[in-house]
Amino acid sequence: MGMTMGEKILAKASGKEAVKPGEIITAKVDLCMTNDATTHISIDIFEKQLKTKKIFDPKKVVFIIDHNIPSESVKTAEVQKKMRDFARNHQINFYEGAGICHQIMIEEFVSPGQLVVAADSHTCSYGGIGALGIGVGSTDFTSVMNTGEIWLMVPETLKFNIHGEFQKGVYARDLILKIIKDIGANGANYKIMEFGGPAIKDFTIDDRIVLCNMAVEAGAKSGLIEADEKVVDYIKSRGRREIYLFKSDEDAVYEKIYDYDLAMLEPMVAKPHFVDNGCPVSEIGDVRIDQGFIGSCNNGRIEELRVAARILKGRKIHPQVRLLVTPASKEVYLQAIKEGLIDIFVASGAMVLNPNCSVCWGGCQGVIGEGETLISTGTRNFKGRAGHANSHVYLASAATVAASALTGRITDPREWDHE
Amino acid sequence: MNKLIQGKVWKLGDDIDTDIIIPTQFLALKTVEEMKKFAFYPLRPDLPGLIKPGDIIVAGKNFGCGSSREQAPAILAALGVGCVIAKSYARIFYRNAFNNGLLLLESAELTDVANEGDTVSVNLETNRISLEDQQFAIMPVPDDLLEMVAAGGLVPFMRKRNAK
Repeated sequence: MGMTMGEKILAKASGKEAVKPGEIITAKVDLCMTNDATTHISIDIFEKQLKTKKIFDPKKVVFIIDHNIPSESVKTAEVQKKMRDFARNHQINFYEGAGICHQIMIEEFVSPGQLVVAADSHTCSYGGIGALGIGVGSTDFTSVMNTGEIWLMVPETLKFNIHGEFQKGVYARDLILKIIKDIGANGANYKIMEFGGPAIKDFTIDDRIVLCNMAVEAGAKSGLIEADEKVVDYIKSRGRREIYLFKSDEDAVYEKIYDYDLAMLEPMVAKPHFVDNGCPVSEIGDVRIDQGFIGSCNNGRIEELRVAARILKGRKIHPQVRLLVTPASKEVYLQAIKEGLIDIFVASGAMVLNPNCSVCWGGCQGVIGEGETLISTGTRNFKGRAGHANSHVYLASAATVAASALTGRITDPREWDHE
Repeated sequence: MNKLIQGKVWKLGDDIDTDIIIPTQFLALKTVEEMKKFAFYPLRPDLPGLIKPGDIIVAGKNFGCGSSREQAPAILAALGVGCVIAKSYARIFYRNAFNNGLLLLESAELTDVANEGDTVSVNLETNRISLEDQQFAIMPVPDDLLEMVAAGGLVPFMRKRNAK
């Protein structure tokens, strides 16, 4: 019986010839990462409760401050200081202010075929470059940082075959919102979502990350896409040489196979307060917005910034709308400066903020007030996620957010998005 | 571990996410004891004051979806929640809950018939839940995990085990 690429990565990580769904394995991790949202809990467990205070391999451990940077309160500053000091004392890789953790991991660390465990739910992003990223909590993270190992159940895999070409104004972001609407917020619970099919080769690396990043919003353990030449070239260009290319066997067993035709896809929004509450923009009706957000580990990379800039160029955002633009990393930010995109954003009336998680997690900047409505390229629209418990978050593509910022209402980007 | 749990039901819906269980704005609080006062803040801010030790949270599908924040199960354990019974759980929350000494049980039927204020009894020997004259099966929880819950989570469980 054949194996899926996810099963192959888990077999390699656990030193086995083969694994099958339902089997519990002990796997060695290639990398582990934690960010400032929860690292203080891990440090407390490590320092106060572990007898053997050992880091399995400091070179494979990454601490990233990205959720509340720059710090907005004394409490946060203390939490971050604790993290900074710990990283220094244990010679752990440490970043702050350089970007969102998953973007930094992809730019600097992760290679295809690796198993990466991190204390953040969007760790599944690494599937975009063919690595298996699994999100855990602080206790599991501490154990991984200590031992380099984790027990895992081998999940079933769902396959999504993508066909055709996107219409103008429709993006990978719309595709993942549509898939989550179709299968539901727990439609892939405990499973791997593998994206493939004839159209995937045309997806850029950024697009692939967009798909895999939101697998967790359908309950998945992770998302995966086979790495190809495009990925290999990118990884090599970043100086990384250890690359394992795993492909699913012809006779691999999938729990279910879905087919999507991109030609049929329209721009999508997810309405409050659930990511699976999707609706085509064309059917949304008249929804006034107070704020727009372009950024996050899902949709803050250079390609999304280019799309937004194309729509905003030479125009002014609606006088009653605030627009926040947060590049996903310093590298993305510098590239956007080089291409003149930042000029366009600022001239349009947008606020450009340093790379961080920003309003997507409602922690340090851009939170919204009672009764306000945000349209966002973030990952979640849960009740209260972006501020007041009685506020509303709609999720959409960078194109839809940019077009909506111009009109002050949720707007179909196809009328505005011309290449 | 006590194999019999009896408690009053607090009823919640589907897709209760970890931002609902503990919103971002309270994550910088230093202790779980301070944080637990804000459990379910966007949905039912009164709930932490009403939940008594041993009470049972009954919810629909996909309980604990969203962020991996471990404070979510930790504050439910700190509130003394006897167990959560839901139709299904999100996987990161599931691991985090047992790691923090919070017992999670799955029942496909209970949620649809239980009302807030009902008294539910759980028998972990027979793996059955009783609500008045109705009985429902639950998925058995392995003994190791029950011991982990009794110890208060993975770390105290391992310390206890290693001390033997």
